[in-house]
Amino acid sequence: MNTNDTAAGPAEPQGEARPARGATRRQVLGLFANAFSLAGWAAFVGTVTTGTVALVRLFFPNVLSEPSATFRLGKPEDYAPGMVDERWKERHRVWVVRREDGGIYVLSARCTHLGCTPNWLQGENKFKCPCHGSGFRRNGVNFEGPAPRPLDRFRVSLGAAGQLVVDSSVVYPGAAGKDSDEIYPESVLIL
Amino acid sequence: MLGKVKTIWHRLLRSQFVKSVYKTPWPRTRRGRMLAVLGSLPLHLHAARIRRHGLHFRFTWCMGGISFFLFLLLTVTGVLLMFYYRPTVDHAYADMKALRYDVPFGVVLRNLHRWGAHAMVITVMLHMLRVFLTGSYKPPRQFNWVVGVTLLVLTLLLSFTGYLLPWDQLSMWAITVGTNMAAATPLLGHEGPFHEWLGVRPDNDVRFMLLGGRTVGQNALLRFYVLHCVAIPLVAGALMALHFWRIRKDGGISGPL
Repeated sequence: MNTNDTAAGPAEPQGEARPARGATRRQVLGLFANAFSLAGWAAFVGTVTTGTVALVRLFFPNVLSEPSATFRLGKPEDYAPGMVDERWKERHRVWVVRREDGGIYVLSARCTHLGCTPNWLQGENKFKCPCHGSGFRRNGVNFEGPAPRPLDRFRVSLGAAGQLVVDSSVVYPGAAGKDSDEIYPESVLIL
Repeated sequence: MLGKVKTIWHRLLRSQFVKSVYKTPWPRTRRGRMLAVLGSLPLHLHAARIRRHGLHFRFTWCMGGISFFLFLLLTVTGVLLMFYYRPTVDHAYADMKALRYDVPFGVVLRNLHRWGAHAMVITVMLHMLRVFLTGSYKPPRQFNWVVGVTLLVLTLLLSFTGYLLPWDQLSMWAITVGTNMAAATPLLGHEGPFHEWLGVRPDNDVRFMLLGGRTVGQNALLRFYVLHCVAIPLVAGALMALHFWRIRKDGGISGPL
């Protein structure tokens, strides 16, 4: 095809008739072409954006299958004052702690460092995490190791038949440097 | 007898069948040998000619090549493992044990995969060390170094995702700790600094996305399985192709430019 065009982009050929006023047919069609190509690009960008958002959202399910957050832990009389009870640690990942004054609270057996399950060391009167050595007092306060804050507590109440009912969806998160007995007095069930 | 075999062989080489498979005749000249290599799908992946210093074994100890070989080994053993493994919390551990005790050579297959994985991490690190110590990251090879580091991260992610699949205590706790570290990511993790800026909570942070839930459970196992067997290998494969391509384009393996 013979062409003397060397410039990039469409060039008006030399000597084309130009109207005295208004636009050439080429310019008019060019307006529509711009509108069409704009619409095309908008559709493309819109589709890609929507697709990306949809793809990211795909990874966040709306419904999860999890075991029930509420569980029953027997009668208060089953727990002696001054004891840290480990019988539900494996099943529900909690300790039931009864104070000398009879108050009961439930500690989450999940280390606040990186989520391992600590062990209760009766002889040393502390919880000790086997993963990285975090240590907690019996009220959940962290005092050694990399744990940044005290152990969480769950809500414990008395059920209709007088048994302890724990709701693990109501969490009293341990606050760094604070005692949960003071900031969450409602976490302790007074009998 | 030998004469007859030779005749059959020569007839075969000139048959329609062989001619349709091989585009070039049996090479008898240098040019012919070049053409035979360049015109062949499996053969053309290797350079048709290399510089003499490319044969200098002690320069690289073939660490890059061994890493790639291990990747291929892991792919093959991995596919074979898929015939016996179900990524569900009810079956994963049992299937792994069944493979070890009830399947002939199952224990060999599993061990090849596991030891191969450990070996690959070691060889890619040695390869990286070699590239660094020989200055093979200098221009024009800088981009390839970046591709290589990305491949290193992908190798480590493959190790991480694969670690969960046996679904034993080691698996569960390793992934618990690892994903809780992800929860400490700034902005994107619900225990990281500035997470309030984006409204990030335990049920919509990056840890939730990794696990498909709030705990290391069935969703996490399936996600890690898909990442380990499909998503990451595909990306790693593509990047490896790019990595090898750049080696050729930047002047061939090792040696001065």
